[in-house]
Amino acid sequence: MAAARVLRAGGCYRRHPLASASSSASSGSGRAAERGERPDSVGLGFRPPAHSHSDWIGPPDKLSNLRPVIFYVPPEESALERRLREARQEAQASNQRFWARHNRAFRQEKEEFIYSRLKAKGLEMRDESGQKATLNAEEMADFYKDFLSKNFKKHLQYNRDWYKQNFRITFLMGQVALVRALRWLRWRKKNVEQ
Amino acid sequence: MSAARSCRPPRALTGLFVWHLRNTGARQIPCRFVHFYHVASNRLITFQYFNFLKRMYVTQCNKDLSQRAKPKSDSIVSPFHELQQLDQEKKVVHKISSVSPIHQSWSEMSSRNELREMKSAAETEDSVIPGGAESKEDRQWKEMKLQLDDLPGILARLSKIRLTALVVSTASAGFAMAPVPFELTCFMLASLGTGLASCAANSINQFFEVPFDSNMNRTKNRPLVRGQISPLLAVCFAASCGIPGIALLTLGVNPLTGALGAFNIFLYTCCYTPLKRMSIANTWVGAVVGAIPPVMGWTAATGSLDAGALLLGGILYSWQFPHFNALSWGLREDYSRGGYCMMSVTHPGLCRRVALRHCLALIGLSVVAPVLSITTWTFPVISLPINLYISYLGFRFYRDADRSSSRKLFFCSLWHLPMLLLVMFTCKKSVLEKEDKGKLHGRSNEMAVEIRLP
Repeated sequence: MAAARVLRAGGCYRRHPLASASSSASSGSGRAAERGERPDSVGLGFRPPAHSHSDWIGPPDKLSNLRPVIFYVPPEESALERRLREARQEAQASNQRFWARHNRAFRQEKEEFIYSRLKAKGLEMRDESGQKATLNAEEMADFYKDFLSKNFKKHLQYNRDWYKQNFRITFLMGQVALVRALRWLRWRKKNVEQ
Repeated sequence: MSAARSCRPPRALTGLFVWHLRNTGARQIPCRFVHFYHVASNRLITFQYFNFLKRMYVTQCNKDLSQRAKPKSDSIVSPFHELQQLDQEKKVVHKISSVSPIHQSWSEMSSRNELREMKSAAETEDSVIPGGAESKEDRQWKEMKLQLDDLPGILARLSKIRLTALVVSTASAGFAMAPVPFELTCFMLASLGTGLASCAANSINQFFEVPFDSNMNRTKNRPLVRGQISPLLAVCFAASCGIPGIALLTLGVNPLTGALGAFNIFLYTCCYTPLKRMSIANTWVGAVVGAIPPVMGWTAATGSLDAGALLLGGILYSWQFPHFNALSWGLREDYSRGGYCMMSVTHPGLCRRVALRHCLALIGLSVVAPVLSITTWTFPVISLPINLYISYLGFRFYRDADRSSSRKLFFCSLWHLPMLLLVMFTCKKSVLEKEDKGKLHGRSNEMAVEIRLP
């Protein structure tokens, strides 16, 4: 069970047996820390319940299609855990920036392309019934090809960054999990001896 | 799900195949082929997945084609390349990367009724949620806490279990076609090892593609995208499937099969997956990934890489192209926005030419089969109609280059491969026949020797 706990989703600090003793003693300060330690929830319009000790993941963002995560900051976060959380926050922010910008550019350029093609054909953006005029897939093919080649270098750079981020975060998660597992084993041993 | 039903299940034909199977003697074809043929032939299909998963229904609307699954690189590339093309996996079944469904306008309600490729191993729903409930659920914030109850379903989706199954069935086809007496334990070990390798490769593929999957409709419900599982757990799962899988193949079957399995995992995760975003060469690499599983099945049975293994691999390799190219034709917008380098976007003419070329190559390969004594000469004769039909659709796709021709070709490829493999198996040259011929030959040699001696 504890093994499953350390491998659980998210880098959040789970209810550790050692911590439970201390947290009950300093529950007041713990709660205050919890209340204050979810700064990212402010921008996202959602606050996880105060008793929750895990990360929360939200619906996909309208622009980037990525799901934002509100990270839990435990009252006794180790340096390693903080590094992990900060890495994840940084990765989330940079991915959000990239995809929001990229998708917005796609939508904009697509609109411009449709407009220019329709104008060339002598049509309006909206036809008689008020429906937005669209081009069929074959006509859009030129745009897709163009857009892909224009953004090729950008994607190469992003791929490199993404792979680096992903490996780094997963490696940190592994380290955190290992440290927690060892801590739990040591605590178990101490309890058994007592 | 009240999509219009317009299926014309060829139940009679299915019955015919089943009857034929029963009469071929002790050797049993995995009945999946029949099942898949039946499934593939229906426009609207619902079928139950494996028992340990909750009931899942895959329905396919008439209009939009769902996604392709990519065969797992590790295991066999499933024949349902498109379905499995989503992520090419080693599996014989060529997974097709999930392609977002072609949709003109989405309403929230209709988003639930996403059509899925029947063979798409991409996403499976845990349960059929009526109406727009799924999208509502989607809009809620969820705690990132692993629920142990959900874990089997999550791991099934992570490993693309349907695609894995198709890949394993392609490996079984390779095993079945090998000209050696059938050994059940070897067959089971090879299938299990291939399945585990496929799960591993698929999981790693999903691990690598999280932000890209989020941006494509077909793949946006994957476990890692939704945060149902952590990347660490995904990697651990992949390792705990891949290492025993390859070990099983190497130690329990033979080292050659194990090496092929490991190579396929590598090819799929480290070559195909990154290459998808760098160059159109990924399609050819993916086709190899799909071709390796039947080769693995053959080497598992015989222990050596014969011409027959390469022929079977060649058939799967050629099949990938009409399958994937036709599917990718409808996903050009998502590929373009997601940054995937696919022929359908960058070199549309080449895309169609290659599809047609390989449809014709299938005819040629079917003729080579009896030349290599894998099948009798009835095989090219019987398979000619279906090969000609897919070539015809390939030609239509080449000429018309529109959505309807691409979809027709894709759907044809779904039933074409299982049918081809089935016919191949039924026309398999019996091992006994060969032995008899050998004995006769030997005897005549002896006689000749006797005469020559004074």
